[in-house]
Amino acid sequence: MSALSVPNTRYLERVGRDERVWLLFAIVWCLFLFVIMYVWQFFGSQRTPIESYRIEPSEFRTLTQEYVAGHQVGDVNGVPVTVPTEQGEAFLAARAFAFEPVLQLRRGESVRIYLSSYDYQHGMSIQPLNLNFQVLPGYVYVVNLTPTSTGEFGIVCNEYCGLGHHVMSGRIIVTD
Amino acid sequence: MATARAPRSLLDRGAPWRVCQVTGYQVFTPVQRLIVFNAVAAVLSLALGGVLALFIALTRWEAVSLLPPELYYRFTSTHGVVMLVFWIVFFEIAALLFGGTVLINAKLKGVRFAWTYTALMAVGAIVTTATTLSGHANNMFTAYPPLVNHPMFYVGIILFAVGALCGSCHFVYQVWSARREGVIAGPLPLVVYGLLTAAIIAIWTLLHGAVAYVPALFQALGWLELDPAVYRTLFWGFGHGAQQINLAAMVACWYALAALTTGARPVNEGLSRFAFVLYLVGINMGSMHHLLVDPGIGMHARIINTSYFMYAALLGSLIHAFSIPAALETAQRARGFTEGLFGWLRKAPWREPGFAALMVSFIGFGVIGGVSGVLMGTMQLNMLIHNTLFVVGHFHSTVVLGTTVAFMGLAYYVVPLVMKRDLAFLGLARWQPYVFGAGLLTLIGGLMLAGKLGASRRAWDASFSLAPLQVESLSSPWLSFANAVIGLGGVLAVIGGAMFVLIMVATVFFGRANERPAVGTLGVLAGREGPKSDVEIPEFDHHAKTFQAPGTTTLVFVFLVWFVVMFAWASINLARVGWGVG
Ligand code: HEM
Ligand SMILES: [Cu+2]
Ligand SMILES: [Cu+2]
Repeated sequence: MSALSVPNTRYLERVGRDERVWLLFAIVWCLFLFVIMYVWQFFGSQRTPIESYRIEPSEFRTLTQEYVAGHQVGDVNGVPVTVPTEQGEAFLAARAFAFEPVLQLRRGESVRIYLSSYDYQHGMSIQPLNLNFQVLPGYVYVVNLTPTSTGEFGIVCNEYCGLGHHVMSGRIIVTD
Repeated sequence: MATARAPRSLLDRGAPWRVCQVTGYQVFTPVQRLIVFNAVAAVLSLALGGVLALFIALTRWEAVSLLPPELYYRFTSTHGVVMLVFWIVFFEIAALLFGGTVLINAKLKGVRFAWTYTALMAVGAIVTTATTLSGHANNMFTAYPPLVNHPMFYVGIILFAVGALCGSCHFVYQVWSARREGVIAGPLPLVVYGLLTAAIIAIWTLLHGAVAYVPALFQALGWLELDPAVYRTLFWGFGHGAQQINLAAMVACWYALAALTTGARPVNEGLSRFAFVLYLVGINMGSMHHLLVDPGIGMHARIINTSYFMYAALLGSLIHAFSIPAALETAQRARGFTEGLFGWLRKAPWREPGFAALMVSFIGFGVIGGVSGVLMGTMQLNMLIHNTLFVVGHFHSTVVLGTTVAFMGLAYYVVPLVMKRDLAFLGLARWQPYVFGAGLLTLIGGLMLAGKLGASRRAWDASFSLAPLQVESLSSPWLSFANAVIGLGGVLAVIGGAMFVLIMVATVFFGRANERPAVGTLGVLAGREGPKSDVEIPEFDHHAKTFQAPGTTTLVFVFLVWFVVMFAWASINLARVGWGVG
């Protein structure tokens, strides 16, 4: 009589005391884990971005280039540095193998970032905060950020996108 | 019913039936070759994957930095495919063939059919491995469109998957016809029930796989263009489900190992079965925990799916987390190890390879793999680890520390019993689970630390030092330290894996023939209905007013506290990001 052989025909046992206590706590924990996601999403400050739209990669490229042309304030290593629009919007494009443009944000001011890719799938990973988002061509992911600290924040790619994956980076600069 | 004779050849073809002298099972001999063939294919895959693991782990260690980028990506891709697909699935098919015949004393209907799908799998595995190893599929199985692999990669995978699908259906058919013909009267043995769960999930999952991989092949041939988000949803319907197969198969192994090494009997057959059913309830869920920070999915879909509808599958695992140690405790107490709360555990057969494997797998999976999985699958917490090396740490603790170690433990019994040979290098086998486990713990620690420090998954250079825009925070000494830990842990894990491969190869090809292979201190005696324990293990008293397994009850609550603390810690980490995100 073991897990390897045929059990008693009456295998629907009453659940014993040890099991009852454990089951009760286990169920409560499972429900907590479920509910907490809604709670955090409605009341927390770090919510998972949900808003997103379809877009043709070529159209996204045009919009990004228009945005860069209108809002460039400088450059680092040849990459344009931009500030958000009046309405607090910015575009961030991933392509093999760079993130463009560099975004210059103000502490405490929210920005609505339109994130997408010109070519492959990429991953936007903001360092050292370690905030990570998937970037898909054909979709704009709206990521709202409100920086609370100043300095330079690196962006690296964390979805394998080809042989240049490990040189694909970008930057967010936050000033006072 | 012919009795057994001494084996004449490597894989005795003799009379179609024999009675196992150790367990009393009636073994349909033509199935032996099939089991051994699949097991050997699995072990060879593991060996190849292990060699590649050594290269990539030593590349991640900056001081060694063994491979150039292209080879790193190529080897990582091959390592992933060979391990996660071929080692695991070949072994699962071996386990299904074993469970669908030996464990229910049934013959195999359709031996030729079984050889056909085994051959299909072998051909598929060879085609895919050759394509990947020659650098035509550096994007691994997660080649997300518009990135594609060479068409032959998909041809191989599809052949392999069709074979595995046939194998899973075959198992279900075996169980069904054994029931119909009265070969099994009454309920299935629990282990077979677990394998049946795995097989049902496998059938469903492999159908999903077709929906993802056939279009992917067409895209590789240039016939169509796939939508990236749609593909990811389809792909993970397969990719995630595949991990649920591994989960169910691993838990079935745990029950088997507990029975084989301590004579433990399930404390509550009904509840354990219910827990397996919960895995089935969650069959189509969970897949979106891979898509939690993707565009294109609504909030409710994310939350309900990632939680397996309110954590149904987690509840299943928590039930097993109680019932496995409770079974061990009951058996050990019946043996007279009644001292204190944990006397039964101290006196457990720690030097028995199968028990060592059970413990390494059970504790490693539960304490690290399962907990980290639930944290990562919490929608908001996912932002902190998505696609970092933490994820790689997580699944090396589920599918390697958990599933792989459990399979290794089972192989220490199944292979000698099926082949009627002594296990070679028993002394080495006593250490193997611990060495492998220690290496993996180190590796996983390094991967998780690196991931917390922001290291990207599958990036040749964790600090992105060649990028035009430098990322200062990634050139921290802590990250270099984590990378070195990955390298060192990798080396130790590969040594532990090589020990297993050596023991298996030596057993299969050079093991001493023995009708009653002494598989360590196997706690079972021959009996008509399968293995019996050498002592009478009492039934768990379900009506008692006192705790029947006080040690286990204590341990599971300690585990729950650990779980809660880790969840709180992760939530604090998220809050400490400070930035508003939404
Ligand atoms: C022998 C011990 C092992 C060692 C030392 C090892 C080490 C590694 C390392 C260093 C990576 C690269 C991580 C990256 O760059 O993202 C990796 C990737 C991977 N490993 Fe292992 N591994 C081992 C066993 C296994 C096993 C047994 C499996 C499956 C059953 C497995 C599945 C994978 C997969 C799927 C990947 C791809 C990761 C990705 O997509 O980022 N590994 N492994
Ligand atoms: Cu990339
Ligand atoms: Cu999954």
